Amino acid sequence: MKRMMLSLVIIMLLASPVFAGGAQEAAEEESNVVRVFGAFVDEEARRFEEAIKPFEERTGIDVIYEGSSEFETLISVRVEGGNPPDIAALPQPGLMKNFASKGVLVPMWSSLEDAVDSNYASVWKSLGSFEGTPYGVFHRVNAKSFVWYPKKAWDAAGYEVPTTWAELEALMDQMVADGVKPWAVGIESGGATGWAGTDWIEDIMLRTVGPDVYDQWVNNEIPFNDPAVKDAFEILGDIWLNPAYVYGGANTILTTSFGDAPSPMFSDPPKAMMHRQGNFITGFFPDDIQANLEEEVGVFPLPSINPEFGIPVLGGGDQFVVFNDTPAVRQFMEFLATWESGELWARSGGALFPYKNQDLSAYPNEIERSLAEALVNAKVFRFDASDLMPGQVGAGTFWSGVVDWLTGKNLDSVLSDIQKSWP
Amino acid sequence: MNTNITSAGPPAEGGNTFLVSLGRLAVSIFIPLAAFAVLWAGFIFLRDSNAPQTIIALVAIIWGVGGVALLFWVTDYVVNRMPVVVAKKIQPFVFVGPAIAILAWYLFIPTMRSLYLSFFGPQSTNFVGLRNYIYAFTDSRMLEAFRNNLLWIILGTGGAVGFGLIIALLADRAKGEKFFKSLIFMPMAISFVGAGVIWRFIYAYKPLGEAQIGILNAIVTLFGGEPQAWFTIRGLNNVFLIVILVWLQTGYAMVIISAALKGVPSAIIEAGRIDGASELRVIRSIIIPFIAGTLVTVSTTIIILSLKIFDIVFTMTNGNYGTEVIASMQYKQMFRFYDYGRGSAIAIVLVIAVIPVMWYNLRQFSKREGF
Repeated sequence: MKRMMLSLVIIMLLASPVFAGGAQEAAEEESNVVRVFGAFVDEEARRFEEAIKPFEERTGIDVIYEGSSEFETLISVRVEGGNPPDIAALPQPGLMKNFASKGVLVPMWSSLEDAVDSNYASVWKSLGSFEGTPYGVFHRVNAKSFVWYPKKAWDAAGYEVPTTWAELEALMDQMVADGVKPWAVGIESGGATGWAGTDWIEDIMLRTVGPDVYDQWVNNEIPFNDPAVKDAFEILGDIWLNPAYVYGGANTILTTSFGDAPSPMFSDPPKAMMHRQGNFITGFFPDDIQANLEEEVGVFPLPSINPEFGIPVLGGGDQFVVFNDTPAVRQFMEFLATWESGELWARSGGALFPYKNQDLSAYPNEIERSLAEALVNAKVFRFDASDLMPGQVGAGTFWSGVVDWLTGKNLDSVLSDIQKSWP
Repeated sequence: MNTNITSAGPPAEGGNTFLVSLGRLAVSIFIPLAAFAVLWAGFIFLRDSNAPQTIIALVAIIWGVGGVALLFWVTDYVVNRMPVVVAKKIQPFVFVGPAIAILAWYLFIPTMRSLYLSFFGPQSTNFVGLRNYIYAFTDSRMLEAFRNNLLWIILGTGGAVGFGLIIALLADRAKGEKFFKSLIFMPMAISFVGAGVIWRFIYAYKPLGEAQIGILNAIVTLFGGEPQAWFTIRGLNNVFLIVILVWLQTGYAMVIISAALKGVPSAIIEAGRIDGASELRVIRSIIIPFIAGTLVTVSTTIIILSLKIFDIVFTMTNGNYGTEVIASMQYKQMFRFYDYGRGSAIAIVLVIAVIPVMWYNLRQFSKREGF
């Protein structure tokens, strides 16, 4: 026993100088290291690292990115524990507001603010602000108001892209007459089941009552059981609750994961013709479709309902916020605010960027180019409402409310339940 | 440090007794403190070090395990140098102390902190009194969770213990006892989340006309029925979920009950049979009363498990379609809505609900030991 103890102690003593040396060296370099923590992992993390390589080579600053699929839980734990990263990429503005209200974030300094002012549309700055103080810089964003269709079958049937809601409805009836279901829908997403449904509601709200009422809705200045919201649910119900319009009906909507949802479009012949989802959904298409994306798939923005509001775009994105103010961190944040930081990623595909002055030709295919164009040109852009609402609603009762409504619960009581849960 | 020990140790027989014991006291406080400080500094150093993470983790393990051993050895050494009367009194604490300290640090203090937080708002900044508890007992989703947990306790425990008992009784009389018992016991090796994944496939749903990948719907359509989205059938879906718990826990109940069955003296059973009792009568009047203690222990263990049930619900339905349980509500409030107040309040409610069952369970354990 004693001998074992002794050898343990010796091992421990021997090990420490190794670390002492390593730590000292590291301490000198620490000023040149920027630690970034975010929610995107795997391939996306790799592409992010690639996109920032030019910055690292130019400045000699080492940017260490760490991603976690449990990001939202971990970042709170790390901040509470006094061990935040230098920079975090927050997917939800609510998280930014939460941290900003606790005073743990470093506000934008003037040179960063200038860069944001000149490179972004003003909506992005206000999305990154809390009580008038700007904090977050947006980088990669997503846009969700798009309808995807199988191009070959679509062209063969002679369908035309609808530009108004009436045209869309006529097209749906034509498809039913042709013996194919118009929509493929799926909202299952494990612990987050329902979000794909809330996106639909938000898109319809933006088109029926416009951005001002939308903002009031997000801040609960109009209640959740307001006629404006109910109206949006009913418009959606006209499609979703009609088994002729949706492949498999309500049960399939509920039990199909959002990633599998588009697959009925790609069977031969297609079992459904349209799928509404964000730009990221292409990554979930079958491999052979992805290989020939431009030939196999077409896309158009969800048509306008009230012409007054044009074709609004609904979307989201990660905002980068600063916890530790160092010169290296400042340099990196200012880099993120420029198109240069997104260009390489745009070239490798699968990402959209909001920069006003971006070069659209960088996107690898016509589809992504048209998405980016719709995003930059949209007169109205609004952040995903469920990400802006308090968690109790935006990640809770709104999601489960859509699920309850689909299983046949009375719409009025679903909406008043959501309103009651507003903290 | 070394010289200090040697100078304080040996001259115990002679010299000034008062000085010696004072020196001993100082040493016995100083050495463990010094050892602790060194270990602590090591961890701080590791935390701030920039070496590769795997190496840090490895060294932290060695440092941690070695450190605990070192602390124990140092304390033991110090205690052994004390006068025998004192050493005898202190010795037990050296052995039990670390366990109690760890229990306090990881269990007692967090529980107390949860209790404290449960009286505060979402950000733990403003005092809200009992509002979180009022929420826990009045919100419709919470009431649904309480109802479902009750269902889990009754059906889950009843199912697992009932099947466990029947299988144990049957296997006791069957030829391939070991084989059948290992078959039933096997699901015990599967985690709740793993079971969730397996059963997702069993309950999988595809619209009519597509290949049914879920075995249940495959059977239904084979006999000409309509495929069902099982999880969306309110009321029954809870039963579909509870079946998974029964599948997982029957093996556990069976093994324990089976062991108890072997302890029933065959003489009593023989006597019963000679008196003309039927097999059912033997089971009801001899075997069951004999293993009642075991049945209670197994039941209470599974009741506690059903009260805390989380993984199955979380992986299968996420509490949708009326399948919410207390623990999944707690997780949502805490980690999805960041409402620490409500999350803590629900946790405390759960702890309070478990305590009586646990207390009863422990009492049964000690009783049986006496028996």
